[in-house]
Amino acid sequence: MADISFLLLTFFLLTSSIDTDQGITRKLPPPPDPKADPPEVKERNVLKVLVNKSDRLLVQGQPIDIRQLKERAKEFLTNPKDDPNLPEVEEVTINNLGTVRTTKGIISLKNDRGTSYDMYIQVQNELTAAINELRDELAQQRFGAKFSDLNSATQSEAIQKAVPIAISEAEPEDIGGKK
Amino acid sequence: MARFKKSGGRSVPGINTGSMSDIIFMFLFFFMVITTIREVTLEVKVLAPQATEIQKLEKKSLVSFIYIGQPRKASLGTESRIQLNNQFASVADIQAFVAAERAARDESEKNFITTSLKVDQNTRMGIVTDVKQELRTAGAFKINYSTRKQAKKSND
Repeated sequence: MADISFLLLTFFLLTSSIDTDQGITRKLPPPPDPKADPPEVKERNVLKVLVNKSDRLLVQGQPIDIRQLKERAKEFLTNPKDDPNLPEVEEVTINNLGTVRTTKGIISLKNDRGTSYDMYIQVQNELTAAINELRDELAQQRFGAKFSDLNSATQSEAIQKAVPIAISEAEPEDIGGKK
Repeated sequence: MARFKKSGGRSVPGINTGSMSDIIFMFLFFFMVITTIREVTLEVKVLAPQATEIQKLEKKSLVSFIYIGQPRKASLGTESRIQLNNQFASVADIQAFVAAERAARDESEKNFITTSLKVDQNTRMGIVTDVKQELRTAGAFKINYSTRKQAKKSND
């Protein structure tokens, strides 16, 4: 008996890999409709994040370090002081949540064909971190728990509605040449 | 003090092996539960980048994989290649791949297929963008960039 189970055990050990599938989940937009005009978005509502082929970041025309990106994104998405250069904020009533300040801000991410995948993931990670922190803050304030610890689906949906993943990826362009 | 004299021939009793099979079975089930059997042989090198904001993929049966990286065989050069199932593929094959993955699932599950992009960290974005554009046209909108877990940075 022990021999058989040892055999099975070694078999499973050899054929399997502890391969936890985890990562950053995103939803791609549907392909653009050639007839429809692109939606008009005001200049102040867009945070332009550009990554060039040598993995440098440009946010709203200024070169910044990746470590500053999260704070920039958080400031942009909340606009705490009603700065006229930061996106419009409006009070919206959401079921189960009451009125919350939501922003019309969209982060526009554009990368070059030569950008390394590692850098791209770092940028996505920082932006996701900014959104997750905002969600956590709101959830803590309203429900007294972190967003990931909310146990009812209605609560998480409400938070997701209040703080959506507002990351838009620009249609690709070839600037730095193929590599 | 003869009363307390140790008897000379005392030996350690052997370990009872009767419960060994139970223990091994327990190990076996443990490994069976936590592991996934690798279905494809990787033809490309994939070392996923690290990230902190990670979500776990639920429902393994609803995930289809696309691998992108340098070929393992040095004779095939260093250009990043796409691997679908067990073979190299080109960007044009992705639509057919998505269709095949859909056909393999139940009707009710077709809309919940997540495409996991397992991409090497040194890959250039050009090929990844091409793949994403193909996925968009094929209608596979749910994607997941596969990453390794990184400990949260404490100084930020």
